[in-house]
Amino acid sequence: MPDAALAERETASASTAAPSLAIEGLEGWYGESHVLHGMRFDVRPGEVVTLLGRNGAGKTTTLRAIIGILGKRAGSVRYDGVETIRLSSRAIARLGIGYVPEERGIFSSLSVYENLMLPPRVKPGGMSVPEIYTLFPNLEERAGSQGTKLSGGEQQMLAIGRILRTGAKLILLDEPTEGLAPVIVQQIGHTLARLKREGYTILLVEQNFRFAQTIADRHFVVEQGRVVDCILNAELDANIGKLHAYLGV
Amino acid sequence: MMTILGVPTQALFGQLLLGLINGSFYALLSLGLAIIFGLLNIINFAHGAQYMMGAFVAWMLLNYAGLGYWWALILAPLAVGLFGVVLERLLIARLYKLDHLYGLLLTFGLALIIQGLFRQQYGVSGLPYAIPPELSGGQRLPFMFLPNYRGWIVAFSLVICIVTWLVIEKTKLGAYLRAATENPTLVQAFGVNVPLLLTLTYGFGVALAALAGVLAAPVYSVNPNMGADIIIVVFAVVVIGGMGSILGSILTGFALGLVEGLTKVFYPEASATAIFVIMVVVLLVKPAGLFGKPA
Ligand SMILES: Nc1ncnc2c1ncn2[C@@H]1O[C@H](COP(=O)(O)OP(=O)(O)O)[C@@H](O)[C@H]1O
Ligand SMILES: [Mg+2]
Repeated sequence: MPDAALAERETASASTAAPSLAIEGLEGWYGESHVLHGMRFDVRPGEVVTLLGRNGAGKTTTLRAIIGILGKRAGSVRYDGVETIRLSSRAIARLGIGYVPEERGIFSSLSVYENLMLPPRVKPGGMSVPEIYTLFPNLEERAGSQGTKLSGGEQQMLAIGRILRTGAKLILLDEPTEGLAPVIVQQIGHTLARLKREGYTILLVEQNFRFAQTIADRHFVVEQGRVVDCILNAELDANIGKLHAYLGV
Repeated sequence: MMTILGVPTQALFGQLLLGLINGSFYALLSLGLAIIFGLLNIINFAHGAQYMMGAFVAWMLLNYAGLGYWWALILAPLAVGLFGVVLERLLIARLYKLDHLYGLLLTFGLALIIQGLFRQQYGVSGLPYAIPPELSGGQRLPFMFLPNYRGWIVAFSLVICIVTWLVIEKTKLGAYLRAATENPTLVQAFGVNVPLLLTLTYGFGVALAALAGVLAAPVYSVNPNMGADIIIVVFAVVVIGGMGSILGSILTGFALGLVEGLTKVFYPEASATAIFVIMVVVLLVKPAGLFGKPA
């Protein structure tokens, strides 16, 4: 799709709000290997936006570049108007961005409770531990267990829960439903819907666009380190053929 | 005279006590090494030199400033720990992205320089440092005579090891340390100041070595080579316990001190090599060490 048409579609759906996250010309590397080639998209306050794309397209790398843990990156990543491309991941997190990595990143030498308490509060207004336990009762029952003794679904809840404590208002979620049982996927879906109602801004990487469809506002399609299309959630069903071609499903 | 397996009980307990004292130093030193290696991935070859510096700072405080043992117990670890902080910021921090070997080479070189400087200044004959009056004398136990200072070394080391272990296992700071040992990138991405954590951890490990040096000053002579002599054994302890294992280094330190003491009683010829023989056996059977997790 030509860039002009893409830009038009983006603006066609634009509300007047300034973007919460604005990414332009984002380049990213693993050592010598050039993986992101001018990524460009934005996420508006309170919006749920997904990155869709085949395995290896560069979705995880994009999230890693945003939070600042990619070895080398260039271009522009603005959060609430602040340019972050030269900041350390610590400074970026402190702006109020929470990261839930694809591999979940639960610490095996920490108990569930210690894992939950680990990320420092970066902004006021984070959830209290009782609130998180209401969202994810399993975490309370297993508070004393070793973090990595949890089931995959529970680890995902822990990875999300610990970010909700920090007061971060933009949450980067990398494939939260990957490999989980349908009932857990549903529970995570309810949680994300609730977070959206509460005004969180969410950038979601998802392979399962049927899941993404239940909560997202817009979908960006990523191919070989570029955004190649933007599909409004309302138009997802109309574009299903195109999407199947993109994702090769 | 009472005997056990043909050995007079006096001699047996005497050697066990000596072993326990050596074990205290092994434990304190290998604990610092384990903490540093766990978080920084640096094999701190300067550890022996930093232990020696602790003893020397104690000696200097007494001879240049008139500050005695109890002051030294606080000030020497602080001073040498601060020296460690500066080293980490200026030099070691540049090596984190490189192979282990570079850290090992750097700290080994530093150890040689530090020892050389002290040898140049103070010679190798050793300087005396008196046992503090509060801890002189001893207790006559039913089975042996226990010099107070030796009992103090064992008890104090044990307390320091246990407190350190509790801080690492039970506190928020310890949770940061454990998490950053596992995955520093992610901890930093949560907004934690991991570089500061690394600096303080190195400083703390070095301070532990200096503390051991102060403890050692009244029992061994204060000598520029005292660190080089003990550190080889301590590395064997760390390898046996498992690189980076906190509890492993403490337990292995005390246990190997005792084993060494027992060897002196029953087969003195092997006392200098017993620990290394154990190291070889452990490496053959359990390459990650007794308490280490396989990589
Ligand atoms: N740690 C790494 N080192 C080198 N190349 C990597 C690394 N991680 C991912 N890549 C490569 O970067 C590209 C994008 O990967 P990734 O962002 O993980 O894709 P996605 O999340 O969309 O599946 C792929 O070609 C992948 O092989
Ligand atoms: Mg991925």
